[in-house]
Amino acid sequence: MHLASWIVLLYLLAAVLFIVGLHQLSSPKHARSGNLVAALGAVIAVLATIFVLHHQLLNIVLMVVAIVIAAPIGAVAARAVKMTAMPQMVATFNGVGGGAAALVAVVEFLRVPTGSTISLVVSISVVFAVVIGAVSFAGSTIAFTKLQEMMRGTPITYPGQQPVNALVAAAIVAFGVLVVVSGIGVLGLWLLLLLALVLGVAFVLPIGGADMPVVISLLNAFTGLAVAGDGFVVGNPVLIVGGTLVGASGTFLTKMMSDAMGRSLGNLLFGAFGKIQVGPEAGPAGAKSVRAGSAEDIGTLLAYSQRVIIVPGYGLAVAQAQHVARELADVLEKRGVTVDYAIHPVAGRMPGHMNVLLAEANVPYEQLKDMEEINDAFKSTDVALVVGANDVVNPAARNSPGSPIYGMPILNADEAKNIVFMKRSMRPGFAGIDNELLYDPKTIMLFGDAKDSLTKLVAAVKAA
Amino acid sequence: MNAQLVNEISIFVLAVFLGFEVISKVPTILHTPLMSGSNAIHGVILVGAMVILTEASGPLEITVGFVAVVLATINMVGGYVVTDRMLEMFKSRNPKGGARS
Repeated sequence: MHLASWIVLLYLLAAVLFIVGLHQLSSPKHARSGNLVAALGAVIAVLATIFVLHHQLLNIVLMVVAIVIAAPIGAVAARAVKMTAMPQMVATFNGVGGGAAALVAVVEFLRVPTGSTISLVVSISVVFAVVIGAVSFAGSTIAFTKLQEMMRGTPITYPGQQPVNALVAAAIVAFGVLVVVSGIGVLGLWLLLLLALVLGVAFVLPIGGADMPVVISLLNAFTGLAVAGDGFVVGNPVLIVGGTLVGASGTFLTKMMSDAMGRSLGNLLFGAFGKIQVGPEAGPAGAKSVRAGSAEDIGTLLAYSQRVIIVPGYGLAVAQAQHVARELADVLEKRGVTVDYAIHPVAGRMPGHMNVLLAEANVPYEQLKDMEEINDAFKSTDVALVVGANDVVNPAARNSPGSPIYGMPILNADEAKNIVFMKRSMRPGFAGIDNELLYDPKTIMLFGDAKDSLTKLVAAVKAA
Repeated sequence: MNAQLVNEISIFVLAVFLGFEVISKVPTILHTPLMSGSNAIHGVILVGAMVILTEASGPLEITVGFVAVVLATINMVGGYVVTDRMLEMFKSRNPKGGARS
């Protein structure tokens, strides 16, 4: 495509806004304006593109119709989604982006008149964008169904999984090369698309639900690369810059996220392979007993404590209990109890998710303590109140090398003098592993919905 | 290799380095918004989808192109809106921002 120079300059402006926006998004102070700056860049890129479109009336009408239909869908979905379902939403937006990237390359390939050849770079880019875009689309779909709990979150493994996946990947490479070299044509490309969808599904299935955020981040980087590939296909610089920026920064971010969980990316992505048989920890699970307490007992315990640390988890978010948790903290503070919130880096479903939820309940920023900041304080804490969290306080991460979460840094809730677990049932956490802390003699269980239990605790503390 | 391709490859290589450098030392609480924000940035694929739809001919190409524009628009619009919503929460605990309720 030949672009007029003023359009290229507008694209350059858009690219600069993307870069500035991305930079600002990495600092808390400017993050929000950074997002708006990037959005402005997107608007400029779209407006500039209007002047390079082919003048085919029907197609332009269809294009406008498509945008008019889709823009409200995106905006309304993004507005309506509950804060707890945020990770699924991001997965969805990423998936559709990957799908769009694959389809753009498909159309460009279909447009090549039969018999004529296209340049090597273009055909390589087409194959690349179709494969990576489709993997991102299919992988994001699986990530969505796992997070939405339409599918069980535990790793799904079956014998021979690794060889099968390797075979699919090899087939993709082989077909890709065939499409590029021999001009095997449209049929080959459709087959390639299909194989890439299969690989996307197969790639995410064996990864546990708790690791989904990292997977989404990786697939986000994939979509970026597919978009950059499309930039080579249609010869558009803003696609190359925008896509590559996301591809590179997304890869870096993926690494930071897996570091925050104390895992290597390789272990996280392929960890479920080969150790399928770990299963439930050996030992007489049925023989272990737990101590359940009443809200009154626990309320009294809390009321006469010096220091309480609340460990919030996803259960708090689903029960929409963040406001009641705040109320409990207020009542306790009125009695002179020091209350802090210990925020694990991956509490909730995504890094930073819990901070957002608690901020929504107007919990003062100073009370939210990072793991490093608070971990030593558990020793001198009377009660660690674990609300709907599980994996982030599971000592198996420290003690049992066979556990899928082994090596993940955890909150030292087990060092507190008393541990109160608020859970709906004895069901294991999102990672699907048993938590020995539940059976600790220092632990008292308070069964029930987090919101109801917290409400009862507020009343009990007031009465104490 | 023509001049345009050389330009494109240069842009690509520079953008790779820029992408790695532009985000550095991101605090954990910003991981999710940053992911979501960069997710919105790749919504720029809409530009490519618009171009190919208007160039398409025949029902198959037009249909696929149409779907591409729909998906890309959802990615772009939804991506920025959802990121803004996440970051809005951060602002509400900023005392000088006039905390709501």
